[in-house]
Amino acid sequence: MGKKNWLALLLFAIVVAAMPMLMGDSYYISVLVFVGIYSIVTIGLSLLMGYAGQISLGHAAFFGIGAYTSGLLTTRCALSGWVALLAAIALAGLLAFLMGGPTLRLTGHYLGMATLAFGVIVYIFFEAAVDLTGGPSGFGSIPRLSIGSWKIKSDLDFYYLVWAVTLVVLILGLNTVHSRVGRALRSIHGSETAAQAMGVNTAHHKTRVFILSACLAALGGSFYAHYMTFVSPSSFDFKFSVTLVTMVAVGGMSSLWGALAGTALLAILPEHLRAFQEYYLLIYGGILIVIMMYVPQGFLVGLGELVERLFTGILSRQSRTPV
Amino acid sequence: MSLPSQFLQYLFAGITLGSVYGLVAIGFNIIYNATGIINFAQGEFVMLGGMCAVWLTASVGLPLCVAIPLAILMVTAVGVILERLVIRPIRRPSVLSMIIVTIGASIFLKGAVMLVWGKQTFSLPHFSSERPIVMGGAAILPQDLWVLGMTAAIVIALGLFFERTLTGKAIRACAFNRRAASLVGINVSMMVMISFALSAAVGAAAGAVITPKILVSYDRGTMLGLKGFSAAVLGGLGNSTGAVLAGLAIGVLEAFGAGSPLSHYKDAIALVVLIGVLFIRPSGLLGGAEASRLKKF
Repeated sequence: MGKKNWLALLLFAIVVAAMPMLMGDSYYISVLVFVGIYSIVTIGLSLLMGYAGQISLGHAAFFGIGAYTSGLLTTRCALSGWVALLAAIALAGLLAFLMGGPTLRLTGHYLGMATLAFGVIVYIFFEAAVDLTGGPSGFGSIPRLSIGSWKIKSDLDFYYLVWAVTLVVLILGLNTVHSRVGRALRSIHGSETAAQAMGVNTAHHKTRVFILSACLAALGGSFYAHYMTFVSPSSFDFKFSVTLVTMVAVGGMSSLWGALAGTALLAILPEHLRAFQEYYLLIYGGILIVIMMYVPQGFLVGLGELVERLFTGILSRQSRTPV
Repeated sequence: MSLPSQFLQYLFAGITLGSVYGLVAIGFNIIYNATGIINFAQGEFVMLGGMCAVWLTASVGLPLCVAIPLAILMVTAVGVILERLVIRPIRRPSVLSMIIVTIGASIFLKGAVMLVWGKQTFSLPHFSSERPIVMGGAAILPQDLWVLGMTAAIVIALGLFFERTLTGKAIRACAFNRRAASLVGINVSMMVMISFALSAAVGAAAGAVITPKILVSYDRGTMLGLKGFSAAVLGGLGNSTGAVLAGLAIGVLEAFGAGSPLSHYKDAIALVVLIGVLFIRPSGLLGGAEASRLKKF
C-alpha cells in the first residue's frame, strides 16, 4: 500500500478521533456510529462489487444474520458478546461458502440472482420463525458488549469501538487491494476469461471475496444488535440490501474510500431529508439512476478524475467524454 | 371440503396466480432477449397497470372496458420513457450498472406512485360477475377465467408476433446478434424501444387483470417482480414457453404451500426455487445449456 494511502489513513484516523470533540451534539455521534457500522459492511461489499465485479443484492441478510445470531446467543444462551460475534461471523461465512460455491463457478451474474433470492428468503424467515426470532416485532434486551470492565454503553463508547474496527477493516481492505489478491480480483473484473487464461483461479478468488464480504456484513450486524439492543426484520429487508449497494455504487465501486464516502453520504442524507419523507423513495431512486447514468464510477472517483483533469489541463474536446 | 376438492381448489388458485407470474416472466424475457438486460423494474410495470386501471375507473370514472386498455397504454408509455431517458443514454453499459439503474428506476416508480396515490391498498371491480363457479367441488371465480384467458391471449399473440411479423423477427434478430441485425438494416434502437414497450404492456395487462383478486398498492410490484423473475429463470431465461410453464409451476407450489403448515413461508417458495435452479441447472428447465452459455448474462 503506497505512502499516499498511509498518509490518508493517518489523517482519517485523526479526524475520526477528533470528530466527537468537534461535534458535541450526541445525536450526530449516533449517526456517525451508524456510518461506521455500515462502512464495515460496504468496505466488504466494495471489494466484491468493485474488485471481483460481482453484485450481492442480499447483503442485508448477512447483516441481519449477524445481528440476530449475536442477539439470540447473548439473550437466549447467555454467551459473551464476543463469542456470539465470532459465531455470527462464522455462520455468515458458512452460508456464503455454500452459496458462492455453485454460483461463482459460472461466469456472469448468477451470484446476484442467488443473493437476491437468499436475501428475501432470510427476511421471510426472520418474520415467520416467530418462536425463534420473535417474528415481525423482533426482540430486545440484547446486552451490551464489554471489554474487561469497560461496558460499551454510550454513543461515544460505541463510536470509538466501531470506528476503531472500521479503520482496521479499511487497512486490511486497502492491503488486499494492493496485493496479488487485489490484482487478481481486478483482472477478474476486467475480463474473467483473460484472467483465467493467465492462470488466475477465478472461482476461488470470487468465492473468497464473497465469504469475506459476508463475514464483514455479519460483523457490522453484530455491532448493530449490541448498539440498538433490539432487532426486528424490517431493518434487514431488500430495501436495505439496495441501500448498501447504492452506498458502494454512489461513492465509487472500485475504491474503498469511495465506499466510505458513499456510506457517509447515504447515511447522513436521510437525516436532512426528514422534511421530505414523502419524496424519499423518489429522491433515492433518482440518485441511483443519475449516478449510474452520468458518473458510473461513483462520485468520489468521478470527483477525483475531475480534479485530475483540471490539474493536468487536458481540456481538448476530443479527449473529454461528452456529458 | 373433501380432499380431492381441496386439492382442486389449491390447483385452481395456483394456476391463476401462476399465470400472472408467467406473464411477468414473459415481460422479463422480452427485454432480456432484445437487450441482455434484466429489467428490475418489471414488477413495477405490473403494479402500475393495476394502479392506473384503478385511477381510471375510480377517479376518472371510465368504464372498465375503456380503462383497462388505456391503463395498458399509459404503462407502455412509461416503459418507452424509461428506455429512452434512462437506458439508452448510458454510455458504457455494464451488466452491473444496468442492474443498479433498473433497480433505481423501480424505486423511483414506487416513490412516484406513493407520492401520487399514497400507501393504501386499492381494488378494481371484477370484470364480470363475482359469483363463483363450482367445478368438481372447488370454486373458481370468473375473474380467474379472465386471468387465464388474458394469459393465453397474450402468449398466443406474442408467439404470432415474434414468428410471423417482420418486426417480431427483427427483434429476434437483435437478440441473436445485434451487430449483424443492424448490418442488415434493422433499426436496433427502435427494436429495443419496442421490446420495452411490449414488456411494459404485458406487465400492465397482468397487473390490471389480477388486481380485482389480490388488490394493488405501491409496493406490490417488488414481490411480483421477484417471483416472475424466478419463473423466468426456472423456465430458462429468454424462453417464453418455459416462462409460462415455470410460472404455473411456481404458482401451484405456492398455492399448496399456503395450505400447508408452512403457510407463513409461502412467499419464500418461489425464491427457494430460484436458488435451487441456480445451483442445479442455471440454464433453467427448458433453456439449453449451450444457449445459456452464449448469452452474456
